[in-house]
Amino acid sequence: MGRAWKFGNDIDTDAIIPGRFLTIYDPKELASHAFEGTRKEFAAEAKDGDVIVAGRNFGCGSSREHAPLALKGAGIEFVVAKSFARIFYRNAINTGVLPLVCPDTDKIADGAEVFVNLKEAYIEADTKQYPLEPIPVFMMRIVEAGGLVEYAKMRGNK
Amino acid sequence: MGLTITEKIFSAHCKKECRAGDVVMAPVDGAMIHDITGPLAINVMKEMGGGSVFDPKKVIMLFDHQIPADSISAAENHVMMRKFAREQGIYNYDIKEGVCHQVVPEKGCVKPGDIVVGSDSHTCAYGALGAFSTGIGSTDMAYVLKFGELYFRVPDTIQINANGKFQNRVGPKDLILTLAGDIGADGATYRALEFCGNAFSEMDIPGRMTCANMAIEMGAKAGIVPPDEKTWEYLRGRTDCTPFSLASDEDAKFFEKRDYDVSKINPKIAVPHNVDNVVDVTEVAGKQVDQVFIGSCTNGRYEDFVEAAEVLGDNVFSEDVRVIMVPASKAEYMKVLKAGLIEKFVEAGALVEAPCCGPCMGGAFGLLAPGEVSLSTSNRNFRGRQGSTESFVYLSSPATAAASAITGVITDPREV
Repeated sequence: MGRAWKFGNDIDTDAIIPGRFLTIYDPKELASHAFEGTRKEFAAEAKDGDVIVAGRNFGCGSSREHAPLALKGAGIEFVVAKSFARIFYRNAINTGVLPLVCPDTDKIADGAEVFVNLKEAYIEADTKQYPLEPIPVFMMRIVEAGGLVEYAKMRGNK
Repeated sequence: MGLTITEKIFSAHCKKECRAGDVVMAPVDGAMIHDITGPLAINVMKEMGGGSVFDPKKVIMLFDHQIPADSISAAENHVMMRKFAREQGIYNYDIKEGVCHQVVPEKGCVKPGDIVVGSDSHTCAYGALGAFSTGIGSTDMAYVLKFGELYFRVPDTIQINANGKFQNRVGPKDLILTLAGDIGADGATYRALEFCGNAFSEMDIPGRMTCANMAIEMGAKAGIVPPDEKTWEYLRGRTDCTPFSLASDEDAKFFEKRDYDVSKINPKIAVPHNVDNVVDVTEVAGKQVDQVFIGSCTNGRYEDFVEAAEVLGDNVFSEDVRVIMVPASKAEYMKVLKAGLIEKFVEAGALVEAPCCGPCMGGAFGLLAPGEVSLSTSNRNFRGRQGSTESFVYLSSPATAAASAITGVITDPREV
């Protein structure tokens, strides 16, 4: 259980982590600059269990993997959005932040108490449940392996 | 049923028929890493078990975003990457050649029909040469460095048919901004754009690079121009490949086809804070600008500076504007230099910097203060992209940028 951090459409990776912080690789340190200048309270207040809830095209722009890493460092395990930009989607899966598609994110309020049930594929917000679309089969293989690093290790040892 | 260019490229690489929607493991012909996303890819490759890269000759390394090192941490990243290059036998262009998406094609590292990946979102630029090229993250890149292949979902294709002749001082950037405005920031997500019609067959390679570069701004995975005589001419002396034909079949299945008459396109500008916020320049004409940046992988080539010089004529740049010009590569810089344009620009009041990404991503230099306005020939105007989140970035062609740099306000280049 955590709070929903509500965002709109086209949230770009420059907003998630500005260009001047890209020499940093530590997720916690990146998290201290997450949404700097656009959502100031996020870095200070986000905590484990919180969920990002957004509109269309979340994570558009740069291929910087620092973006999902910054969210991971802030304790975000799930991003629930109407749709995702392609590179962010893959980066998020690879780094262990699950991007989940939900057409109903408009109905979820900022600050709502939220909980993601992956097994039954829904997000619960202020006691209401909204269905999540399944993760594509080929991406699920990477998720089940524990991320692309673990997947690669399995392959490397074959 | 026939195949699109994208389906043909994947079919050839996977040695089986690949259709849009198929998920395939495809070998790559090239993998590019730079100073921002490279160190993370190298670290992750070590986490994956390290070892040797799949083929050092197919790995392209260069530094362009933070050069010469603008901080101690950037310098440390450069040192780490140089060490990796030496250990792995990878040729490292280091800080000496310029911006990745200019240098990769220039050095002959990409040819029609290739699959090339880069840990930079604008890697789609190499579609200008008829390759399928796309941007990936650092962990995907680590996987590529180790195994030489990667998962792809073969995208379906939106075919753009652009015909007609551009008006004077209107060109490829105005066309691609028009497309971004129409298709939207996510209208081509998970799709490839294919650029056809006589507007593209008559367009030079630099113009095609401008268009393919910005495919990602519509969410596209790739933006491909079918190779033609201009492509092979560009590649002559850069690669040893022999010309072959590569085009979508007439009966290929497209997601959508869109037609454009480029003669009807006016100078365009993307207004803050999204690339698809596109209007005619005349709609925002008169807006005061503090900084003009001409450069980047989108518009930092010799032809872009010639266009700027033609607009400049015998004028000088406004005293109230900081004009920063950055040719995209050493080769482009030398062409601009030998044509006498650097002298002309400096005398007119511009700063001409050595090849690098420059102010495009708000990292190395040329950052904006709160309230400041930048007009830039680069590809992104997200809030905070070039500095303060309270600053404003507009995107335009080099002609519009040069015209505005003279007057100090956003100006239609046809009026200068």
